[in-house]
Amino acid sequence: MQTLIQFTIDVLSLGGAYALMALGLVIVYGILKLVNFAYGELIMVTGYGLFLVNGSGLPWIVMAAIAVCIAIATGIATDYVAFRPVRSKSVTAVLITSFAFSTILQNAALLFISPRPRNVPLPDFFSQTVEFAGVIVPARNLITIVASILLLVVFAWAMKKTVLGIAMRAAATQFRMARMLGVPANLIISSAFAISGFFAGVVALLWIGRIGSVTPGIGMEPLLVAFIATVIGGMRSLQGAVLGGFLLAFVNTGLNYTLPQQLLEFRDAFTFTLVILILLWRPDGLIRGPATGQRT
Amino acid sequence: MRKGNLLTFLILLGLVALLVLVPQLIGVRVVERIATALAISLVLVVGLQTFTGNSGILSFAHIGFMGIGAYVSAVLTIPVQMRGMALPDLYGVVKTLEVSPYLGMLIGGLAAALVAAVVSYPLMRLSDAPAVITSFALLVVLYTILNHWSAVTNGPRTLFGLPNATGLPLAGGVAAIVIMVALVFKESRIGMLLRASRDDERAAAALGASIPVLRWRAFILSALIAGVGGALWGHFVTSFSPKAFYLKETFVILGMLVIGGMNTVTGAVVGTFAVTLAFEGLRAFETSLNASGMFSEQVVGITEIVLALAMIGMMFLRPGGMFASTEIGPLLARRFTRTKS
Repeated sequence: MQTLIQFTIDVLSLGGAYALMALGLVIVYGILKLVNFAYGELIMVTGYGLFLVNGSGLPWIVMAAIAVCIAIATGIATDYVAFRPVRSKSVTAVLITSFAFSTILQNAALLFISPRPRNVPLPDFFSQTVEFAGVIVPARNLITIVASILLLVVFAWAMKKTVLGIAMRAAATQFRMARMLGVPANLIISSAFAISGFFAGVVALLWIGRIGSVTPGIGMEPLLVAFIATVIGGMRSLQGAVLGGFLLAFVNTGLNYTLPQQLLEFRDAFTFTLVILILLWRPDGLIRGPATGQRT
Repeated sequence: MRKGNLLTFLILLGLVALLVLVPQLIGVRVVERIATALAISLVLVVGLQTFTGNSGILSFAHIGFMGIGAYVSAVLTIPVQMRGMALPDLYGVVKTLEVSPYLGMLIGGLAAALVAAVVSYPLMRLSDAPAVITSFALLVVLYTILNHWSAVTNGPRTLFGLPNATGLPLAGGVAAIVIMVALVFKESRIGMLLRASRDDERAAAALGASIPVLRWRAFILSALIAGVGGALWGHFVTSFSPKAFYLKETFVILGMLVIGGMNTVTGAVVGTFAVTLAFEGLRAFETSLNASGMFSEQVVGITEIVLALAMIGMMFLRPGGMFASTEIGPLLARRFTRTKS
């Protein structure tokens, strides 16, 4: 029973973080049908934001807010640098520009800060543990669960009820038609990037909370997680991203619990095999979203 | 082969011949090493072009297959008495089996092709973004395996002791063969059907092209070339670690292909030349900056930033690269006939 509770909490906290990562990627993909390779760098930027405001004497929550704002700004910058100029050209062109933008950000961090890990300020409650139904769990896992569920609910509500959310869903379904009906394309796309940056920023706080320091390559794992989760769940569907995130967390945690030590190092390989199997069964992912290829 | 294509092949072959001959005339060791590295990059970039250029799907996994080729060849060619030291936990038969480096390179390529054939078949059903993402995931998985399979790869530590078998003539020769293979493949039935599917997936499928199978064949060919290229590289540097087969290298190879133009073999070749030369210049600049002691810490990453900016700039101005759709041969032939009439 205790193992079960432990397992559930692990899956939910990891899955919450994964779902947010995947959602941040899909919100852009859903509208533009373009993959943002610089997505992981939004997480890196948040980490360095925290590192840079460290020692300013501000309360942690303000520093975190500043860091998330930096992520949002970087997200919008991605749109301007990597996406807008080549949006109407080929899919490959955008893949390359966003990959190049990610390399620029990473190497800028190498060049101007340091290749070595840098410590970031974290509040005390991140490292505390609480006892929950007879199981000792780190408080940050519970924070992750609460934060991600809260964000997912608010996001779902906003997409259904607010003008911006409805416009974004319209743009994701029929971009051209939405434009004809007066939805401003550039505003919608920039908003999508801002939301993507916001999710990345929040995820970064939770993710870096586990590690405690930031390196130029820190965005790699979240990026990969978001990629795999979205491919499993279905690239075009927001629900699919969330489902993919939780499923991936379930598989990863399950493997953590069951694999012997010497095979654990190969966990990514096992996970990927599962992805291949799912794709063999459903090439479009578990949930199919609206299919369009318009982005102009 | 059509007339223009023969011209393309001759021009590209001439470039490779120059690459092999000029350093030998100059006779400076560093120039020869740069030229050899360039020839190996040619093998890798043209190998990537055979898949990405014809199918239109960006593949990030290429460098992973390069790694497979390098490690397989290494395991088979490191002298037996040294192997006990470099790889103490190697399995039974392989422990005492030693082949010549040339055979090792061939086996390395075949091993990469085999892995590609097994792994990639389901992935070839995907198009656009999911295809790219899964190839990226495949790169990560191959890297994870290289990095952790200590018995065969010495884990994340450097594997040393490969016989130094790759000289400039060998690398140049392989590059010439690969260029020829890529040109022939492009004009072959598979290549043409694949290019049709690249330009319009639905129309090609409606005409009866079995797209996943076509892509699969191209992918295997591309992995074979990558494996051979990786083994060549392994026998050139003689010691390496899995880190060499990851994102940084992927980015450089991709940059070369994209700047040159991924739809043409000419583009792949020209891009490799252009980026390598620019890179060597920048690296020299970086080294002199570090040597001058102007900054307290080591300056790293300038070369990557410049390459990234060049890639973004190229995508803005000419999204197809320097040679977007026509090889150099037909291009020249057309210009020549036009001036005559």
